[in-house]
Amino acid sequence: MEALRRVDYLADARIAQVAFLAHRLGKPILVEGPAGVGKTELAKALATLWERRLIRLQCYEGLDESKALYEWNYKKQLLRIQADSDHDWDDLEADIFSEEFLLTRPLLEAIRSAEPVVLLVDEIDRVEIETEALLLEILSDFQVSIPELGTITSTTQPFVVLTSNNTRELSEALKRRCLFLYIGYPDAAREQEILLTRVPELPEKLAAQIAGIVRSIRQMDLKKAPSVSESIDWARTLLALAIDHLDTAAVTDTLHVLLKYQTDIDKATAELIRH
Amino acid sequence: MTTTTSPITSLITAFVGELRAAGVPVSMVETIDAMRAIEVVDIGDREALRATLASTMVKAERHLEAFDTAFDVFFALAPSGQASMSPSGVGSGAGDGGGAGGEAASPEELRQALLEALMDLDLAALSGAVGTAVDRLSGFEKGRPVGGTYYLYRTLRRLDVDQLEAMLAQAMAAEAGDLDDLERRLLAEEVASRLEQLREAVQEEIRRRLVEDRGRDAVARTLRKPLTEDVDLMHATRHDLDAIEEAIVPLTRKLAARLARRRRLLRRGRLDFRRTVRQSLATGGVPMDPKFRSPRPHRPEVFLLCDISGSMATFARFTLQFTYAMSTQFSKLRSFAFIDTVDEVTDFFGPGTDFPNALARIATEAEVVLHDGHSDYGTAFAGFVDRFGKEVTPRSTVIITGDARNNYRQPQDDMLGDIARRARALYWLNPEPVSYWDTGDSVMGRYSPWCDGVYEVRTLRQLEAFVEELSLPVKAGRR
Repeated sequence: MEALRRVDYLADARIAQVAFLAHRLGKPILVEGPAGVGKTELAKALATLWERRLIRLQCYEGLDESKALYEWNYKKQLLRIQADSDHDWDDLEADIFSEEFLLTRPLLEAIRSAEPVVLLVDEIDRVEIETEALLLEILSDFQVSIPELGTITSTTQPFVVLTSNNTRELSEALKRRCLFLYIGYPDAAREQEILLTRVPELPEKLAAQIAGIVRSIRQMDLKKAPSVSESIDWARTLLALAIDHLDTAAVTDTLHVLLKYQTDIDKATAELIRH
Repeated sequence: MTTTTSPITSLITAFVGELRAAGVPVSMVETIDAMRAIEVVDIGDREALRATLASTMVKAERHLEAFDTAFDVFFALAPSGQASMSPSGVGSGAGDGGGAGGEAASPEELRQALLEALMDLDLAALSGAVGTAVDRLSGFEKGRPVGGTYYLYRTLRRLDVDQLEAMLAQAMAAEAGDLDDLERRLLAEEVASRLEQLREAVQEEIRRRLVEDRGRDAVARTLRKPLTEDVDLMHATRHDLDAIEEAIVPLTRKLAARLARRRRLLRRGRLDFRRTVRQSLATGGVPMDPKFRSPRPHRPEVFLLCDISGSMATFARFTLQFTYAMSTQFSKLRSFAFIDTVDEVTDFFGPGTDFPNALARIATEAEVVLHDGHSDYGTAFAGFVDRFGKEVTPRSTVIITGDARNNYRQPQDDMLGDIARRARALYWLNPEPVSYWDTGDSVMGRYSPWCDGVYEVRTLRQLEAFVEELSLPVKAGRR
């Protein structure tokens, strides 16, 4: 926890404990929670802390193994075949399916890296359930099977962090292999600390006020509650506008930084003013 | 792992049993992981143990609450007031008084002690004072098979929390000095949050005593609650309703993803020649990866007809909310509300609708009540046929939600038959258990012959299952 604090990531005891466990047991962490509470940041902070390279695989719908794992460089292979067509086919085949013609993608790269890395698989819930299966071999055995080359086993063990916004249920097989960590919104005191760490110039009193108002807004019934990153943005905005004390007028003027839907803004304004 | 059953192993095994009983699926592998994980953590640190067990055994956020309850019971600390409790409990009687006897502990003094602890957020002092408070004020009786809510309210009432809240607010305001409106609001919320801490501390203290008294298994069984997706919608508490509301959107997103995937697998479209050739350029004109057109998805046109009278309002709200969240799956979605007469309410809903609010508006602005505000299905169906019947076509799916309790009025089931004949399919969702149908004023039996399906939908899970079935083209051409 203290160590994470050194790299400007304010973990609560639970986050620190799970990170420690994952490190000790060599298991991946699956981090879930609302958008903007620092799921991705956690992976970055751990990479900085252990001075490891961060390899990031951003997931999206339609991601397949040629983008996530590896791909044969067809064009180069074709060139190679055309370049010396008088060669014996067996030699040629062995040649074009060698590592020289392999394009490594993030997952394979993480495994082949000589130094241990932190592998961040971001927003895993965006890929189809079939694609998830690609990850299983890596997560449990840290190896990749390539039919033409055989199995590539990792020389060093990558530390894997998967994040999910919980838009769909992940497969049992995947969840079983991971440690599960839910990161929710921080309480007011921790949020205030986070604000002060990320925006050091912020006056302490203003940070307390921001944390209080954000907590208050999160309790309302809104389409999208403000995330931690949005409250940091808000703090920066207030600082830029040289507002050092929040009153009703200041809040109404800058609320659009915090909330992204007009209906939410109207509702929050009405609520805050009513008192 | 060397011995067959060490105490910690059997404790974990029992804990896993409790989690499974509470509906949290914990697999064999996960149990083994938890055992391995425990070996590297300090078991003495309770919160570390909690984090360790949670991360290895619980793999979904919605199961965390059940986990926390079970953990509190299974790994309960000894009660705070222990020193003063046990001697008198053993039987030497009230005269013994125990170790804490010297402390003054009238409700007023306790309140003062709690006030100071809450002012400084001194957790040690808080738990000490709470221990004494529960000791003196809860009226704890050994052996009673209760969950502790009664003791909680009794303790809080005798402490007079309202006054405590007022005192805390006053003290904190005095400390803060001059305040504007906004700051006053924030202060009030801070006070509320601290009092919530107090409530939780009292609750935890009471649970510890219950565990000590009745054993962890019995207490865990009493505290077991259904998971959000299994809560009975008709009898949900406010807390449950909030949880259900939150669960709806992720649930519908998951369902939509699942449907899209099943449709994709259902059949592939024709070869997309243009894209295949385009793709083949990368491989020197060899079409290595043929591309296909995606088939046009089947999207039914949905008419949703909801009974929104008093008892049905909550159910109608969740059905509407769920169906609207799924509206991309339908080519058209129109909604109608009725109590004793029917009106179209499609315009009340749109992107960003606040559902509880919209439903309140419907009750006042739409014409759903003609007479006395008691459900009259017959008149509602007749009105629907009269006003909207022509718009129901063989492409339409009609869904009716309600308990079919007609207050002994004319069922007019021929009108429902008329709707059924016009529509592609007619479904009825009833939030009552099947065993209650056709008892009292329920005329479900008169209506069900006209329906393609009558479903008991009492929980979110059942609602999800129904919408899934509805959105798939399995039923096509049934009539």
